[in-house]
Amino acid sequence: MTDIAVAQRHDGGLSALLRHARYVVAENPVTGFAFALFVLIVLAAVIGPEIVPYNPLSSDTSQALQPPSAHHWFGTDQLGRDVFSRVVVATRLDFVIAVASVALVFLMGGLAGVAAGFFGGWTDRIVGRIADTIMAFPLFVLAMGIVAALGNTVQNIVLATAIVNFPLYARIARAEANIRRDAGFVEAARLSGNSDWRILTFQILPNVFPILVVQMSLTMGYAILNAAGLSFIGLGVRPPTPEWGIMVAEGAAFMVSGEWWNATFPGAALMVAVFCFNLLGDGLRDMVDPRRRT
Amino acid sequence: MLTLILKRMAMAIPSLIGVVIVTFLLTRALPGDPAAYFAGPAATQKAIEEVRVKLGLDRPLLAQFGRYVSDLAHGDLGTSLTTGQPVASELRTRLPASAELTLLGLFVSIVIAVPLGILAATRPNSLIDHACRVISTAGVSLPVFFTGLILVYVFYYRLGWAPAPLGRLDVFFSAPPQVTGFYLIDSLIAGQGDVFVAALKQLVLPALTLGIFSLAPIARMTRASMLAVLSSDFVRTARASGLSSYTVVITYAFRNAMLPVITTLGMVFSFLLGANVLVEKVFAWPGIGSYAVEALLASDFAPVQGFVLTMAVMYVAINLLIDVLYGVIDPRVRLEA
Repeated sequence: MTDIAVAQRHDGGLSALLRHARYVVAENPVTGFAFALFVLIVLAAVIGPEIVPYNPLSSDTSQALQPPSAHHWFGTDQLGRDVFSRVVVATRLDFVIAVASVALVFLMGGLAGVAAGFFGGWTDRIVGRIADTIMAFPLFVLAMGIVAALGNTVQNIVLATAIVNFPLYARIARAEANIRRDAGFVEAARLSGNSDWRILTFQILPNVFPILVVQMSLTMGYAILNAAGLSFIGLGVRPPTPEWGIMVAEGAAFMVSGEWWNATFPGAALMVAVFCFNLLGDGLRDMVDPRRRT
Repeated sequence: MLTLILKRMAMAIPSLIGVVIVTFLLTRALPGDPAAYFAGPAATQKAIEEVRVKLGLDRPLLAQFGRYVSDLAHGDLGTSLTTGQPVASELRTRLPASAELTLLGLFVSIVIAVPLGILAATRPNSLIDHACRVISTAGVSLPVFFTGLILVYVFYYRLGWAPAPLGRLDVFFSAPPQVTGFYLIDSLIAGQGDVFVAALKQLVLPALTLGIFSLAPIARMTRASMLAVLSSDFVRTARASGLSSYTVVITYAFRNAMLPVITTLGMVFSFLLGANVLVEKVFAWPGIGSYAVEALLASDFAPVQGFVLTMAVMYVAINLLIDVLYGVIDPRVRLEA
């Protein structure tokens, strides 16, 4: 009996959310468009390697630097590799780097910020000082330094991207936790004998969660740009692995001699992905918090 | 005013301490043995030990930190492994190139973004308002290295308007005698008009690239802040008193609306200094960014550390300057201080 009631309530919540989502999409068709793009990107990331017409790593020098044609939609690169296949296959790596770094900073920054806002005092001071120190650096420069120091690997690109975003998450989580610290429902939970940690996990975190999720989609675009920028200057991903940033870097030399497709298509893919995440983030924010709309 | 400046300077000190600690920890976080790292790949065990003693790596961490700070105080940032030159002097010779590019990029972005934001705010929901939104969203979505390459392709390869993206000056010209290190200014001081034009030609595309990248936050902030000010009571009073719309918008609204925009300049600089590295790589610009990138790829850590430190110190200084500037422009801030 209770199971049915719970199921019904969940169902009601979900359908209400869907209704609301449909309303937001109808109100702002751009969000709908962004969502369609997002589905396409996820699809490319998941099944891309299975459906591409060519092996992204197999070179064929007799076909080197062919302009876009019916056989090679995006042309071929200096080793005769199919640019279209490489761009599609690269989606997975770029997407995974962005998602991983955003998830990591969500955990680090979100938890540290919530703890700082809830406990105040020393926790707050330490988290605030760490965030301020990170903010004292130009972010991309700090990311370069971190990757240089920790070693030139993809994992460290993820870590560096997460660290430079830390202050943003910590500050938002801190502010949101702080205003709920003395809220009625927290007092009630405390009076009924819940420990601080229990209140933090079961009362505060679920409330701060949606705001941080919006922040995640807003920073996804930045995370992809940051990671691609690092691989553009030769950090992290190494050739011949297909990745958008490194493909643009490899194609850069051919831009001045007119073989534009080599760098343009991966660059455009990068741009579309970032554009999509930014629009989607704006749309999500409208859904969760309509007041912040600009 | 002086108290305000002193107070702001005191506030910058913790940031500087943090920056020094982080750059120190970054070297100590190097994978493996830092002594072996600094001695180079071909070093013998004995050479590694010598380097360890020379760098003080055999002493406790705190003593190492003290040594690092005292080296910094003497302006010593270590020596580059690949070039054998002191990092500090190499950074100093390359800094003007980066500074000239960054400042011109900022100038380009302000010249485009501020009028765009004002026009968008005075005509909400008009074509120019939508254009402002599209341009600022596109601006943040475009990878800065990609914008640079597209500009090179269009203006160098297709149209032939721009020179080859290879550094600060065409090979046929020699650099003007150094006064400020900025080629544009130095060539004017030396009265070399042709060098000025040549240097400007090289600068246009990279500066435009940086400008496009950084105009989004300025345009958005100008628009939002102008909208807020234009709906305020004093603007309504000014309008009701029959002042021309130019006077109302520029003299009354604009000056007040600029205050939040100046605050966002701090964030804009964070973007600009980072993007600078990528733009320098695209245009083979001989600045500190490309110096750091070359060192990074050669696993030469001292220049990278010096570069990160220089950038961070400059960024802290810029934020300080912006805060002080804010106080100069807005008397209310001075009263609070």
